[in-house]
Amino acid sequence: MKNSKITLTLLAAAVALIGCGEQKPAATAAAPAAGVEVKIGHVGPLTGGIAHLGKDNENGARLAVEEANAAGIKIDGKAVKFVFVAEDDQADPKVGTTVAQKLVDAKVAGVVGHLNSGTSIPASPIYSQAGIPVISGSATNPKLTEQGFKTQFRVVGRDDQQGPAVANYLAANNKPKLVAVIDDATAYGEGIANEVEKTLKAAGIKTLPREKGTDKTTDWKAILTKLRGRNPDAVFYGGMDATGGPLLKQGRELGIKAVFSFGDGACTEEMGKLAGQAAEGLLCSQAGIPVAAADKKFLEAYKKKFNADPILYAPFTYDAANLLIAAMQKANSADPAKYLPELQKISFTGATGSISFDGKGDRKDAEMTIFTMKSGKIEPIAVIKGGKTIPYAEFIKGGK
Amino acid sequence: MDTFLQQVVNGLTSGSVYAVVALGYTMVYGIIQLINFAHGEVVMIGAMVAFTVINTLAAGGMPPLLVVMIGALSAIPVCMAVGYAMERLAYRPLRRAPRLAPLITAIGVSIILQHLAMLVWSRNILAFPQIIQTSTYTFFGATISSVQIAIIGICVAMMAGLALLVYRTPLGTAMRATAQNPQVAGLMGVDVNRVIAATFVIGAGLGAVAGVLFGTYYGIAQYTMGSVLGLKAFSAAVLGGIGNIPGAMLGGVLLGLVEALGAGYIGDLTDLCSYDWLAAALGSRCADGGHFILFGSNYQDVFAFVVLILVLVFRPQGLLGERVGDRA
Repeated sequence: MKNSKITLTLLAAAVALIGCGEQKPAATAAAPAAGVEVKIGHVGPLTGGIAHLGKDNENGARLAVEEANAAGIKIDGKAVKFVFVAEDDQADPKVGTTVAQKLVDAKVAGVVGHLNSGTSIPASPIYSQAGIPVISGSATNPKLTEQGFKTQFRVVGRDDQQGPAVANYLAANNKPKLVAVIDDATAYGEGIANEVEKTLKAAGIKTLPREKGTDKTTDWKAILTKLRGRNPDAVFYGGMDATGGPLLKQGRELGIKAVFSFGDGACTEEMGKLAGQAAEGLLCSQAGIPVAAADKKFLEAYKKKFNADPILYAPFTYDAANLLIAAMQKANSADPAKYLPELQKISFTGATGSISFDGKGDRKDAEMTIFTMKSGKIEPIAVIKGGKTIPYAEFIKGGK
Repeated sequence: MDTFLQQVVNGLTSGSVYAVVALGYTMVYGIIQLINFAHGEVVMIGAMVAFTVINTLAAGGMPPLLVVMIGALSAIPVCMAVGYAMERLAYRPLRRAPRLAPLITAIGVSIILQHLAMLVWSRNILAFPQIIQTSTYTFFGATISSVQIAIIGICVAMMAGLALLVYRTPLGTAMRATAQNPQVAGLMGVDVNRVIAATFVIGAGLGAVAGVLFGTYYGIAQYTMGSVLGLKAFSAAVLGGIGNIPGAMLGGVLLGLVEALGAGYIGDLTDLCSYDWLAAALGSRCADGGHFILFGSNYQDVFAFVVLILVLVFRPQGLLGERVGDRA
C-alpha cells in the first residue's frame, strides 16, 4: 500500500516535471504573432558521449533558420517567422522515436536530423506517416533511404559509397597486389569491409580470406602474425578507432610494412594517440567533405554566432535546414504535402556544394574524402566525387 | 615456421599476464575458498591509475622508463588499498555466511568498482601516451619487442617472488596454515584476519602490476577491460587447479598459448575449401581460390571458455590438482 503511494507521488512528480520541460513553442504560439509561424525541428543527441556532435549539428541548422528569419522570407505573400524546435534523442533509438512523435504532434513543417543512423532509421516511418520531410546531415547507413519512405532524405554520402571510394583510391595510388581485409563483426565494420573487398576484386586485386575480430578486441597479434606470413601489400580494417588503434600499433610492432587503411569509424585524430608513431601514413576515408572545405561564408557566420568552429557535420545540417526553407519558397507553401515534391526535384547550392536528390532521397554525387595521418593529425588528401578523384588542394581552389 | 614461433611469442606474453592475474584468484580461493570476481576490476584500476600518472608526467621530460616505473609504483598502493577495503568491508562480515553470499557479494563489488572507475575515468577508451621507444629483436623470423621481454621478465620475477614469500617466510607459513585449517591456525597464534587481509593485499599488488603491463603493452585502458581479462585469468586458475599457485602460473601461460595458436590457426583448419573432398562438394564457393571458413579468428576470446568447460568436464581438479589440504 505504502509502495503504491510512493509510486503515485513519483508519477505525479514526473508528470509535473514533464510539464515544466515542455518546449517554448506552445507558449509562443499563444502570443499573437505577426504573419505565419513555421516550425522546423532538429533532433540529435544533446546528452551523452557524443553530445558535442549533437550540439554541432543543432548549431548548423539553427544558424540556417536564424538567417532565414533575418532575411524576412515571404511565403504566399505573408511574412514568415521560422521557429526552431531542438530535441534531444540521446543517440538512443527508443528515445529517437518518442522525440519524432513529439515533433509530429507539435506540427513541425520539416525536420533536420537525426544525427545517428541508429536513431534515424526507426524514426523515419513516424515522419513518413505524418508526411513530414526529414533530412539527415550525418546518418550514413544505406538502410535509411532503402526503406522506401518518400519523406526521407540525406545530404551526406552512404557507407556503401565510402567503401568503394577508399578501395579505389588504394588501388589507384598504392597499387597493391594482395590485400588483407579485417572487420570487427559489427553491421558497420562488416558492411564497409564487404564493399571494399568487392571493389578490390573488381579491380583485379587479390584479397586474403577475411579475418574478424570483435568491437572489443585489444589483442590482434594472432591475426596479424597470420597475415604477416602471407605478406599482403595493404591491410583494410572496417571498425572503430578504439580497436583500429591497437591493430595498427601491433601490426607495426610485428614488422608488417603494408599500407593500413580504415573507414570513417577509425578516421579520427584519436588514432594518432591510440597508435602513436605507428599511425603515420595510414589512409582513411570519411563521408562528405572536411569542415574546412565548406563554404567560407558559412564558416565565418558560424564562428561569429557560436564563437567556435564547426566540428563535423554542421555544414550538412545547415544545408539541410536551408533545403527545407528553399523548397517551401519554391512551392510557395509551408505545407509538407505541397513542398515535398519541390524538395524531391530541388537543385540547390549550399555550404557543402551543389545538392540534388535521387529517387531514394540520397544526395546525388555525394563526396567522399580520403585522409592520411601526418604527425598525429589527419589531413585530407583527396576528394572523390562522381567517381573522380580530385586532389584536395585543387578541390579547395576550385571552389566547388 | 616463423609464423608459428611468432604465435608462441605472442602467447607467452599474454599468457604471463594471465598467469599473474590468475595468482590473485588462486591465492584468495586457496585461503578462504572464495572466488573473488572483483579481482579483474582491481587489475583495471591498476591500469587506470598508471594511466593518470603517466599521462600527467609524460610531458614533464623525465626519462620514459622512470615515468612508467612511477606509474606502476603509484598503482600498486592504490590497488592494495582497494584490495584491503574490499576484504574488510565486503567479505569479512560474510566470513561465516553460506558460500553463495560472498560469491554474490564479489560480483556486486566488481560492478561497483567498474562503475566507480567509469565515473572517475569516463567511458572513453584511454590511450596510454606512447613514450617508450620499443626496440624489436628478430630471431628465427619471429619478432620480439623490448616491452614483451620486459613483461615476460617482470611476470616471471613476480611469480618467483611470490613462491619465495609463500614457502620461505613466516607470513607464507601462516598463510599455508590458515589455508589448511583457520581455527587451528588461530589457536596456534596466527592472526587469521591479518593473514587473510595480507593475501588480498598481495594479490591486489600483483594485479596492479599486471594492469600496468597490460595497459602499456596494448596502449589502451578502459573501465570495462577488467571483466574479460578477469574471466580469462579465472579460467587459467581453474585450468591449473584453483588454489594451486604453480597451477595458476602454468594455467596462465598455457591459456595464452592456446589462445594465440588457436586464433592463428583455427581459420585455416576450419577452411572447408582446404579439404579436397569437401571442396568438391561445395563447388562454386571454393572455385577460384575461394574460402568457406567455419570458425574465424574472432573466436579468439572463446578459447579460454572452451578450455574452462573441457577442464571442468574431464579434469575438474585442474592440471596440477586443486590444493585442498596444502593450498596456499
